[in-house]
Amino acid sequence: MNATAAGMLFIASLILAMVLVHKPLGDYMYRVYTTTRHNVVERVVYRLLGVRADTEQSWGVYARSLLAFSVLSILVVYGIQRLQDKLPLSLGRPPVTDHVAWNTAISFVTNTNWQAYSGESTMGHLTQMAALAVQNFVSAAVGMAVAIALVRGFARRRSGTLGNFWVDLVRGSVRILLPIAFVGALVLVAGGVIQNFSSGHQITTLTGGTQTITGGPVASQEAIKELGTNGGGFYNANSAHPFENATAWTNWLEIFLILVIPFALPRTFGRMVGQVRQGYAIVAVMGIIALASVLLTNAFELGGNATVSQAVGAAMEGKEVRFGVSNSATFGAATTLTSTGAVNSFHDSYTPFGGLMTMFNMMLGEVAPGGVGAGLYGMLILAVITVFVAGLMVGRTPEYLGKKIGPREIKLASSYFLVTPILVLVGTAFAMGSAEQRASMLNGGAHGLSEILYAFTSASNNNGSAFAGLTVNSPWYDVATGLCMVFGRFLPIILVLALAGSLARQAPVPESIGTLPTHRPQFVAMVVGVTIILVALTFLPALALGPIAEGLS
Amino acid sequence: MDRMPSWIRQHVAALRAVVVLTVLLGLIYPLVTTGVAQALFNGNANGSIIQAGGKDVGSSIIGQSFTDVDGNPIGKYFQSRPSAAGDGYDPTSTSASNLGPEDVVDMLPVPGAKDEEGNPDEGKQSLLTQVCARSKAVGELEGVSGARPYCTSDGVGAVLKVFPGRAVSVNQACPATPFIAEYQGRKVECGKPGEDYAAGRTVPIRGTAGTPAVPADAVTASGSGLDPHITVAYADLQAPRVAKERGISVDQVKALIGEHTTGRALGFMGEPAVNVLELNLALDRS
Repeated sequence: MNATAAGMLFIASLILAMVLVHKPLGDYMYRVYTTTRHNVVERVVYRLLGVRADTEQSWGVYARSLLAFSVLSILVVYGIQRLQDKLPLSLGRPPVTDHVAWNTAISFVTNTNWQAYSGESTMGHLTQMAALAVQNFVSAAVGMAVAIALVRGFARRRSGTLGNFWVDLVRGSVRILLPIAFVGALVLVAGGVIQNFSSGHQITTLTGGTQTITGGPVASQEAIKELGTNGGGFYNANSAHPFENATAWTNWLEIFLILVIPFALPRTFGRMVGQVRQGYAIVAVMGIIALASVLLTNAFELGGNATVSQAVGAAMEGKEVRFGVSNSATFGAATTLTSTGAVNSFHDSYTPFGGLMTMFNMMLGEVAPGGVGAGLYGMLILAVITVFVAGLMVGRTPEYLGKKIGPREIKLASSYFLVTPILVLVGTAFAMGSAEQRASMLNGGAHGLSEILYAFTSASNNNGSAFAGLTVNSPWYDVATGLCMVFGRFLPIILVLALAGSLARQAPVPESIGTLPTHRPQFVAMVVGVTIILVALTFLPALALGPIAEGLS
Repeated sequence: MDRMPSWIRQHVAALRAVVVLTVLLGLIYPLVTTGVAQALFNGNANGSIIQAGGKDVGSSIIGQSFTDVDGNPIGKYFQSRPSAAGDGYDPTSTSASNLGPEDVVDMLPVPGAKDEEGNPDEGKQSLLTQVCARSKAVGELEGVSGARPYCTSDGVGAVLKVFPGRAVSVNQACPATPFIAEYQGRKVECGKPGEDYAAGRTVPIRGTAGTPAVPADAVTASGSGLDPHITVAYADLQAPRVAKERGISVDQVKALIGEHTTGRALGFMGEPAVNVLELNLALDRS
């Protein structure tokens, strides 16, 4: 079999796996978020937290609980990093410097997992597992909670409440993420990923040199890093490192873990609003965009249309032999289509158009299928904007799932859409405007602009992958990308919860002959169109100066 | 807690939530996972360490350099791919090169110039020149042609900066003879170290080289810098040299390559790959 055919089978097998788990996992998550029963572990946790699990919260209280939890998470993660030399398992490493610790705390709490540090030389084992990996779970659970709150907004009638944040947080972590991560971690170890507490041991190589074989609880972190669409690697080399991603099939498993929850949540959505076909429409939009992107990324990387790739004969720079070009491109597309940002190959060395695809994927707002939870709420916002645009075209009052999209709703939805482009473009402009920040580029010319544009796109969209040539562990970049991550995560969340609150208060309007059906292929095509057009209009000028200029030269 | 103002109650609950979830997800989960993993997959969980003569000699999934102290290839060993991890295959400093696909113009070292620390100026090789230089070196080691598209015969990137009325082969430091004498009616000059050619139009020249004899993985750095594998093509290229150095037949060496080649998982995942450390160990044993 040739490499292209094998690569296409690899993609086909992932699609098949997504189709097979869509219903069971989506239905399971539906039960998790709608049941009124609490299991033993949860009851203990609620007692320790001092919260009444059966109290419902208004959108304001829900948002304040979420923000309080996130602020304290940032403080605790920051604190553990700064004090790591006083804590066990520090491997003798000094405290993380203040600007890196702040950037990293924000990065993990916002589900970005941008890494301004190199894991193997900066973080002790306790920092990795008790500070960083914990946020891999809970930042993902927060994303899912917000998505579920928005879905409740559509599903409820004349209700002042959206559920209880603490319950959604704990159930998402304990019932969904924890069991899948545990099984995933063990399967990864079976493939060769390490799981120990060694501080590393030195060996003498065949030729008489020395090499340090590093240790650490890697598999437990790797599984949740992919499943929670986080992406922060235990090592600097992330999922390219054999100890994080040992074989071609662990690579398949990691892509599967990245995609599984985002692609199953639309089913949960369909069940919660009582119309399964609405969930199918949403998953169809995600699937169409994702497949197009994966195939294009593969085509560009396998085509190898760049000077160095043609000199080499394949786009193999920054890629591992065991994965090859195609499976690396598929991972690159999956990690940027979601908010993961893990890498098994280095995007900075991708062909110009292959690199463009990874950037474009993030600029889509990571909705196809997007991060856990964040993808679903992002896509529902786009659906709201689509019914609005469609309503304008035919002169009807827009409505979605029986809820009127009035001035308040559309203001919230369009503000949501505007947040990330503003952060990306303003951040890039500031960096490009300063000679000192420009000097952080590794590559010059159009590719250098791509490095900076990629960094701000990645931070603002909470992706966390990088055109890693850019030197980002300077105070300026740590603070600037940190601010982008905070605003790029929490402003949209507040807007979504506000929208959810206003939808929940409405009484549903009965369907009439004038209602735009939102489960048909026509609507699916419209959402795809609106998504692509909005992004193209926003980012084309910047992309034209970066990867497009490089690819056409 | 009910007597507290609600905003304080929120933050107390939040702090407790962070602590409780940290214990559950940050301590209990990794500890239990470690316990089970150590019991079920002890070797893997501890890094797939392999031994020779009763001593640990490496991990079967982490690559090593097979060079002498000066960095020259040791002939009796199969060579790994180029590595950007530290000084090569350093697990405490994993990295890719992160150089872009159009990184083709070198910064030539200026003779006599010193950097801020007083070391001689080494310039900066572009990714293209690194590829060309590696190809030339591997070609010479294995006794095949190291020629590639976009490479000069002296092993640098074949790249011109084109100005009105003249062109400069920017990667060939004077007094080298440029790889072509003339470009579209312009005389081609050699590159003067330290001169700023940024204003010229960059034109890589493909040249006449066909499919290279040196495979792609031999001239590129991996993502991790620890790639334990090479392609079957690169292993086959090295087989005659290794056989000669060890005084055994090429067929024996090829049989060992076959034994240490992993095919695609389930027939379609990844690419066939030869484990270099295991292959070299097998050679030492045979």
